[in-house]
Amino acid sequence: MTSKNSIIEVKGLAKEFNRVPAVRGISFDVYEGEICGLLGPNGAGKTTTIQMILDLITPTAGTIKIFGKEMKGNREEILGAMNFSSPYVALPGNLTAWENLATFARLYGVLDIKGTIHSLADFFDIRALLPKMTSSLSTGQLTRLNLTKALLNSPKLLLLDEPTSSLDPDIADRTRKMLVKIRNERKVTMLYTSHNMEEVEEICDRVVFLQKGIVKDFGTPNELIAKYGRKDLNDVFLAIAREHGIDKED
Amino acid sequence: MKLHRIKGLMMRHLYLYKRSVPRLMDIFYWPVMELLLWGFISSFIEKMNLGGFNAVTVLIGAVIFWDLMSQSQRAVSVAFLEEVWERNFLNIFVTPLRVSEFLASTFILAAVRVILVGSVMSVLALVFYHFNLLTFGFALIPFVANLLIFGSVLGIFTTAIILRYGTSAQVLAFGFLMLLEPFTAVFYPVSALPVAIQWISYTMPSTYVFEGMREVIATGEFSYPLFWGAVGTNIIYAVVIIWFFSRMFAYVKRNGKLLKLD
Ligand SMILES: Nc1ncnc2c1ncn2[C@@H]1O[C@H](COP(=O)(O)OP(=O)(O)OP(=O)(O)O)[C@@H](O)[C@H]1O
Ligand SMILES: [Mg+2]
Repeated sequence: MTSKNSIIEVKGLAKEFNRVPAVRGISFDVYEGEICGLLGPNGAGKTTTIQMILDLITPTAGTIKIFGKEMKGNREEILGAMNFSSPYVALPGNLTAWENLATFARLYGVLDIKGTIHSLADFFDIRALLPKMTSSLSTGQLTRLNLTKALLNSPKLLLLDEPTSSLDPDIADRTRKMLVKIRNERKVTMLYTSHNMEEVEEICDRVVFLQKGIVKDFGTPNELIAKYGRKDLNDVFLAIAREHGIDKED
Repeated sequence: MKLHRIKGLMMRHLYLYKRSVPRLMDIFYWPVMELLLWGFISSFIEKMNLGGFNAVTVLIGAVIFWDLMSQSQRAVSVAFLEEVWERNFLNIFVTPLRVSEFLASTFILAAVRVILVGSVMSVLALVFYHFNLLTFGFALIPFVANLLIFGSVLGIFTTAIILRYGTSAQVLAFGFLMLLEPFTAVFYPVSALPVAIQWISYTMPSTYVFEGMREVIATGEFSYPLFWGAVGTNIIYAVVIIWFFSRMFAYVKRNGKLLKLD
């Protein structure tokens, strides 16, 4: 355990919206080079947690350290080395794909804008789409454009909120393979939310289970399957979400 | 502040403007129409020969200056609304972009628009009404600079209100200045207003600019007291409104509304 390097350290993190708790004092770590799944039923607090890590929502309590530092006073350094992608947060539709990428490349201070965009566009196979208006792209193309944007600054940490939702099984599978490839080739750490347990089992090294704003359990998918005595992660999800205890078959 | 990020945001807007007729219309259509309207009115008044009153200079000067201020305000508000309409706020604020850089980029956009519109309007005024904006000489710079700054600061104010109350408040971005127009002595001196409300006029930097402009036309003198009045009130507005904006931004972050701005 001691050899593992924490990229994200969350301690006692809590968020109330108008006195209604969304996240109730959670603590977890995400280690260097892993793909960590943040799981839980609708409304568990996953998106809220990711947005707090991104400094888009101010926590009510708790601390978040990224690359060993707090956001305060290190914003530029931290945000410059991480990125975010979610199909729910689209890029402006009234710019071309190229214009969007060039804009974000400038915001991230990328030096070789053209070269970076071209090599990433080749990786995601969207070179031909670059001159097109973003609003004219299909969902699968948009996902790849979003991921291209998310890699512009060669991030060390990627936060992905349901990156494969609304993709057909083929594109979803290819996107997962791409993410694993990115992790392997670029040593990118990822925090990943998804409702597709099969996918999580396939690509996540470790998962953190949230429910009603609390960390219910964490571990590798296999550890949890064994611990709860279920056949797969989907059944573990059901067991935890429906608050069945360990080994209690319904 | 980092220049490459400010440049990134500005380029983003230039991409939009270069292929959007409605956006270009917003810049050129209104000022040109207003100039024509007031130009004809003032030529008409001049023909009535109201002894000594130089209608063309006073009214056309006023309409150009007023438009520059309103351009500045709209440039700032619309630059912000473009991000809201496209739900892009979250994307830009997960980059290292600072709020101050965001505001700086909208201010530069405002300055570019003011220079563009100012040039077009002054050429048209010269051609149609033989009104030469350059007769203001060096005074033109402090006049326009004060209006540019006050307009942008009001743009930041409407932006802060939209942040807080959502896009249902976006009508403010387009109509807010109308609220000030009667009180800030654009087309007539402060003395033309009822005495009881004249103090309201003097709370606004634009009033000092318009009074100063009429002073130059009437006497040829640039009034330093009026200039400092404009600068002083501008500083107060800028400080208060930027503070207000930062409070509203913090409110939005506390309430998780950055993603849900609409
Ligand atoms: N801006 C907000 N204002 C008020 N309540 C909010 C806000 N954002 C989230 N919530 C509430 O906080 C709780 C957690 O929401 P969150 O979006 O984090 O869940 P989630 O785990 O991402 O769910 P899903 O799987 O549906 O995406 C929910 O009860 C939600 O209604
Ligand atoms: Mg969510």
